Amino acid sequence: MSLPELWFGFIAVLWTGFFVLEGFDFGVGMLHRVVGRSEHEQRVAINTIGPFWDANEVWLVVGGAAIFAAFPAWYATWFSAGYLAVALLLAALIIRGVSFEFRGKVENPRWRTTWSGTLTVGSLLAPLVLGVALGDLVVGLPINEKEEFTGSFWDLFTGYGVWTALTLVALCLLHGATFLTLRTTGGLRDRANRAARVLTWVALGAVAAFAVWTLALVSDSVTLYVALGAAVVAVAVAAVRVPSDRDGQAFSATAVALGATVLSLFVALYPNVLTSSTNSAWSLTVTGAASSEYALKVMTIVGAVLFPLVLGYQAWTYFVFRHRVSAGPETSEVGAGKAAD
Amino acid sequence: MDPVDLSRIQFASTSIFHFFFVPVTIGLAFLVAIQHTGWYRTGDPERRRLTRFFGTLLLINVAVGVVTGLVQEFQFGMNWSAYSKFVGDVFGAPLALEGLAAFFLESTFLGLWLFGWNVLPKGLHLLSAWLVAIGAALSAAFIMAANSWMQNPVGYETDPGTGRPELSSITELFTNPVFVWGYLHVILASLVTGAAIMLAVSAWHLRRGHEPFVRTAHLAIAVLLPGSLLAVGVGSQLGVVEATYQPMKIAAAEAQWQTCQPCSFSVFQIGGGNQDHTPTQIIEIPHLLSLLATGSWNGKVEGLTPLQRKYEQRYGPGNYVPNVFVQYWSMRLMAYLGTVVALIAVWGAWLAWRKKLSRSRWFLVAATWAVALPFVMNTAGWLLTESGRQPWLVQGLMKTTAGVSASVSTTEIVISLTVFLALYLALAAVNLFLMLRYARRDLPSEQPEEPSEQGAAPVLTY
Repeated sequence: MSLPELWFGFIAVLWTGFFVLEGFDFGVGMLHRVVGRSEHEQRVAINTIGPFWDANEVWLVVGGAAIFAAFPAWYATWFSAGYLAVALLLAALIIRGVSFEFRGKVENPRWRTTWSGTLTVGSLLAPLVLGVALGDLVVGLPINEKEEFTGSFWDLFTGYGVWTALTLVALCLLHGATFLTLRTTGGLRDRANRAARVLTWVALGAVAAFAVWTLALVSDSVTLYVALGAAVVAVAVAAVRVPSDRDGQAFSATAVALGATVLSLFVALYPNVLTSSTNSAWSLTVTGAASSEYALKVMTIVGAVLFPLVLGYQAWTYFVFRHRVSAGPETSEVGAGKAAD
Repeated sequence: MDPVDLSRIQFASTSIFHFFFVPVTIGLAFLVAIQHTGWYRTGDPERRRLTRFFGTLLLINVAVGVVTGLVQEFQFGMNWSAYSKFVGDVFGAPLALEGLAAFFLESTFLGLWLFGWNVLPKGLHLLSAWLVAIGAALSAAFIMAANSWMQNPVGYETDPGTGRPELSSITELFTNPVFVWGYLHVILASLVTGAAIMLAVSAWHLRRGHEPFVRTAHLAIAVLLPGSLLAVGVGSQLGVVEATYQPMKIAAAEAQWQTCQPCSFSVFQIGGGNQDHTPTQIIEIPHLLSLLATGSWNGKVEGLTPLQRKYEQRYGPGNYVPNVFVQYWSMRLMAYLGTVVALIAVWGAWLAWRKKLSRSRWFLVAATWAVALPFVMNTAGWLLTESGRQPWLVQGLMKTTAGVSASVSTTEIVISLTVFLALYLALAAVNLFLMLRYARRDLPSEQPEEPSEQGAAPVLTY
């Protein structure tokens, strides 16, 4: 395996990891007002992802920066092509990111509703825009021989890109629902579980159609069949495990479903990194867009040392906060309330 | 306005806004970690309350710092795609390493610290506080290495085929003299910013007789005094280093049009900018500029006019003089306010030594209002550095006009700029509101220190 191939693989891992982790954060963000009846329950829902969401989002930052470093032309063309969409994504991540910290800081219903609203909208828009952007990579954008985007904002909304976005949003919702089921108790847990039951069927339909559409675009890769097959099977497993209250297994299944779906996009993309719909000869490729041997080697060495370390301490965080967040008696003190069984 | 100007405004507003929060995060993270250490060692509940109090202020700032950092990370590709494609081989590496080495560390342990009260063993909880501070300081190192490369490109070779710079030595990126002095300067400025906030909040409470804040006032002064003095010294050394690699930047900062030897320092002047060249009024100190820019009493400083001639010979026709007004005044604003902050620190240290700190009204009022100064200084510092690099995007390698995205229209930039400016204003307002609200609160009430019976009980923190 060459260094550019290795880095393409690593970037695929980073984006897959981002969706597996931040996917349930997005889901919880979208669902916290749906499953949380009272203000207290909504707080409990938000606190299930409290210690994790920020570090989960770093996967996206590193995923973007790794593209910049390893495939500068990919980063440059993709992000300038999707200019307004990227701006929308950033706006969504901004209003969402501050909601966590701001929401609980003032005890006023209107204040809380406002930041709950930004959390919901941001959590919906972010996977939606990212889904379109990832789908566009595969199906292709109008790119000329100078690696410049020649289309307009509306050209970003390809049919496949939009379907990818809807599929990812459905999977994030489901993943968030199984996460909430796993991490909460009582009525909150039961409502999250009921939401997950409905969402499994929505996600199953979306993923199945996504798989067919993807295979219609790219049909010559065995790996792609495996990845898409795994995604469909995983949603089906979730559909069985959710109603039988196997919370851990259901969550694992939705994690695999989301991971396999995102991974399949990168499998379908390879050996391109950004497909040109104008002329396939102008597509940006793994070998053509890669940085120099030395730059990749340096980053490979540093990455090989640091990445396992990162995985280790992040996994440890999940171990530390493995207990369910109880929706027990209400506590009023902001920032210091403690919920006990 | 053309796409270049608009993209520059977007980059400048994002960077300036982001850098309101970065130094607060770095500075306060260290100060909070020190407080936490004090509590860990003594078990004194008052220190625990102070740690939580300033921890809340830190977290409000981190939230805004993190989200504006996202824009910072992605706007290279959005607005500056020609630049990103041209330099990604060199410039991208520190950014990717920053994420792997620093952002993961900072964000993961921030979550552990924030939610770890009564959950983590005390030692690990303390370690989390320090890893947040280290992660924050580390991230500044990578981004400063990337920025220093734009000021003084090193450690690269030009690919004969594409003409693009390619990384040839990662060590040179991190031994770049502009990086070494620039990074030190940023860290000191961050400690000054954090300490100024801690001092201002403590002073406000001391004026109302809240005695526990004597402790944090002392800590803030203990950091502010050496921090502000060293920041001035390191900053002046950074000027000498930059004069070697970017003589235009320093000549413009002094509005020095003709070569001089020895050179006097202009304390205040009217005129002498890009249009008229000769100031109408000037107050100056003989020999001081020679001393500052070269380190010797009779040192020679090259003027803008001869430098412009030299650059034209080397790089072809064009205007190579940065905006002199911005350079001259950002440099003075930073230096003069830096002196004011250092004097406040000396005053505070003297009062603390005489044990009169909590009763000295004048000082407490001055210390409260001085909180605004570091923000003006930090902004001025970045204007000096970045505006002084113009017309270059990468000194000597690529001009700013050549770096923008060809496929992005003026309308699109106007839309995104409007959206971001509106968001920044809203975030600034909310952040200020929450900071004032939480800075004026009483210390958090006593809480049980021991984990409850069921072990790691989850805490509703948000």
